Amino acid sequence: MTTIDEPIETPDVETTDLTIERVEKPEFDLSPQEKRFVGWHITVAITALMIGSMMGPIQSFQFSGLDLYPYLEPVIKSYYQGLTLHGVLNALVYTTFFIVGFANLTTMKGLGRSLSHPVINKVGFWTMLTGLIMTGIPILTNSATVLYTFYPPLKASWAFYLGLTLVVVGSWIEGLGFYLTLAAWRKDHRGVRSPFIALGGIINMAMWQIATLGIAVEILTMLLPWSLGLIDNTDPELARTYFWFTGHPLVYFWLLPAYVSWYGMLPKQVGGKLFSDSLARLAFWLFLIVSVPVGFHHQFTDPGVPQTWKFIHAALTYSVFFPSMITLFTVVASLEFAARRQGGKGLVGWIRTLPWGDPSVAAQLLAGILFMFGGIGGLTNASYSLNLVIHNTAWVPGHFHLTVATAATLSFMGISYWMVPYLAGKQLWSPKMALVQVWTWFVGMIIFSNAMHVLGLLGAPRRTPLGSAPYVPEEWNGHLLRVSIGGGILLISVLIYGWVMLRTALGPKVEAHLVPTVPIAESIRHPQLTPVWLDRFKPWLIAAGLLLVVAYGPQFIDQIFNMNLNAPGTDFVPWPS
Amino acid sequence: MSNGEDLNVAGAGPAGDGLDETALTMGIDPYERNWMRLTVALLVMFFTTVAIAGFAMGIQVTGAYQEVDPRTVLDTEPWATPGLRKIGDKEYEAYVVAQTWSFNPSEIEIPVGSTVTILVTSPDLQHGFKITDTNVNTMVVPGQVSKVTYTFDTVGDFPYICHEYCGTGHATMFGVVKVVPEGTLDEVSGDTGGDTDNEANSDEDDSQ
Repeated sequence: MTTIDEPIETPDVETTDLTIERVEKPEFDLSPQEKRFVGWHITVAITALMIGSMMGPIQSFQFSGLDLYPYLEPVIKSYYQGLTLHGVLNALVYTTFFIVGFANLTTMKGLGRSLSHPVINKVGFWTMLTGLIMTGIPILTNSATVLYTFYPPLKASWAFYLGLTLVVVGSWIEGLGFYLTLAAWRKDHRGVRSPFIALGGIINMAMWQIATLGIAVEILTMLLPWSLGLIDNTDPELARTYFWFTGHPLVYFWLLPAYVSWYGMLPKQVGGKLFSDSLARLAFWLFLIVSVPVGFHHQFTDPGVPQTWKFIHAALTYSVFFPSMITLFTVVASLEFAARRQGGKGLVGWIRTLPWGDPSVAAQLLAGILFMFGGIGGLTNASYSLNLVIHNTAWVPGHFHLTVATAATLSFMGISYWMVPYLAGKQLWSPKMALVQVWTWFVGMIIFSNAMHVLGLLGAPRRTPLGSAPYVPEEWNGHLLRVSIGGGILLISVLIYGWVMLRTALGPKVEAHLVPTVPIAESIRHPQLTPVWLDRFKPWLIAAGLLLVVAYGPQFIDQIFNMNLNAPGTDFVPWPS
Repeated sequence: MSNGEDLNVAGAGPAGDGLDETALTMGIDPYERNWMRLTVALLVMFFTTVAIAGFAMGIQVTGAYQEVDPRTVLDTEPWATPGLRKIGDKEYEAYVVAQTWSFNPSEIEIPVGSTVTILVTSPDLQHGFKITDTNVNTMVVPGQVSKVTYTFDTVGDFPYICHEYCGTGHATMFGVVKVVPEGTLDEVSGDTGGDTDNEANSDEDDSQ
């Protein structure tokens, strides 16, 4: 790969720091092989999303009495098997493959260079794919109907646990490839701030590597040996603590790539600039240190964890609100900056000036709007005693369909509207249909999610086929119907999405100037003016480690040293066959 | 801010060749600085509210209470005979076993105004225990005893529902707390309600 040194572009008039040269951005572009490599990630991701998303609406129809499971009998034996498929494919497989693929793109495009050791990333990808197949087979054959939290002593096939481990390990290997690439770039660019989109994606990988230590230990020391018959019993409470060490930062692993786009790409797509480079970086570093030591807020109602630690984690969870609010301000300010530059007027009237006709932009704007409600609900969940009202009720899936299924997923859909054409060298097939997709997702999700929140407040449990539960009172029926209606609209939306993606990928090759480019936003203030400590991994990794030791150390030591492997589970397969 | 050109780009003073790395500021916009202050103020307010609810008003979550061996727990008292025990005037203890796929007992009857300490455990899989329209909500984890206390001040039926996936019969796993008006409970059980006969009374209630 040769790079051409081009003259550095002149900074715009808004930039006050005219005397500093912008970071060199030679016209680097991914080679066809590199595009194909990223494309494979995205193809696997979207395929998983399409299959997993067929299950969700079928669940929602069950709520109002439309039971389609008898028709699925040859493959899907129960609501719970469908739910396992839905959770694993959508929340674990789709997200991980999309995020790692997108991080490949932002690392290369952001740094303006190829991966330093592409073999490492190839090994990582194939490891992930092997893991996916190993996980998929037991789920499809109904020998791992344990949902995506796989709480012991529900026992899945060993292949399920090993497969998940390989998906995670594969993502670690790809992460290593990114670190080495960043290190190589830094060697050549001493004193230059790392380009934001590359840094953001790599911080997310670092956070993910710390976070997934929890399920790695859970699977390798307990669940895998147990499923292989090497040990007879489990310690379910310890397993929960391991799981939630990973389980909450998992949601930031989903969100941060959307943030990379919102901070580092969306401003360019709307014709503006990133409002604050230093606060964007600060937000990412804060997510690195506060995403992980918050897991006990998922275990507020657990026996076996003292209230003191739960309360400490409640406080730490609140601290995540801080970088989230920075994000809200900075992203909205970047949008407003762009809109006013293009003649937008009024206190909120400028919002109309944004390019709503671009499906990629509309998707991300609507995702951001629903995420505000997701964030407010998240504060409720984190609020210790208030959690008693909603824990494990329908509120919770109502909540995370605003976060992972909208803030992340709808943003990823928006990203794919330029990324898939870019990778394939095509044009987006029917931007109009894409717009319909984006808006139906928004409307369907509002109906679905609101009904789920209300049902949760009324006491409806999650993970339950409420259409056949004997305790459901009549007053829930209206809300159950709204869940089905929302699910139906979302089904239409995801089918349109799959169709647009397929037609785009199979469409004719077009001339280079018609293919979308990777939008990379400049910041208003030159990144070289950002303090050095916002560009260094060391202090933040040390802070993350120290906080983990303080917030998790004592309870982990207690639970591990008092481990009771005494729960065998059932002597029959507990799920429907 | 009124328009893009007015944006305050603080800290971006004279720079260039002589850029002093140590003097770099974050260049935070004054509006955003205030926004961050507001965020901190909100957090302090939320945190105070939650602390008051939890520790001054006593709306508490489950804590670490007791560990048991799920393989043998049902062979030993009190779990061998789960049910309601009267321990004082309008004070009860309810031992509830959550197992695939029912609660034992599946009905708990108490007079209005009773304070019940509920203890739940599971011999098999994880389950959930939430009493509708109350603050009672706990996970039920094999090997652990979940303990929650609640005072029932309203007459009515309060279903307790399993809210953690536990296999085939999960959606049908529930029970009911029947809170009855003062005096009715004794009429039902045909007992005048002496303080001396608590165990017998509660056993009778359970068998209904």
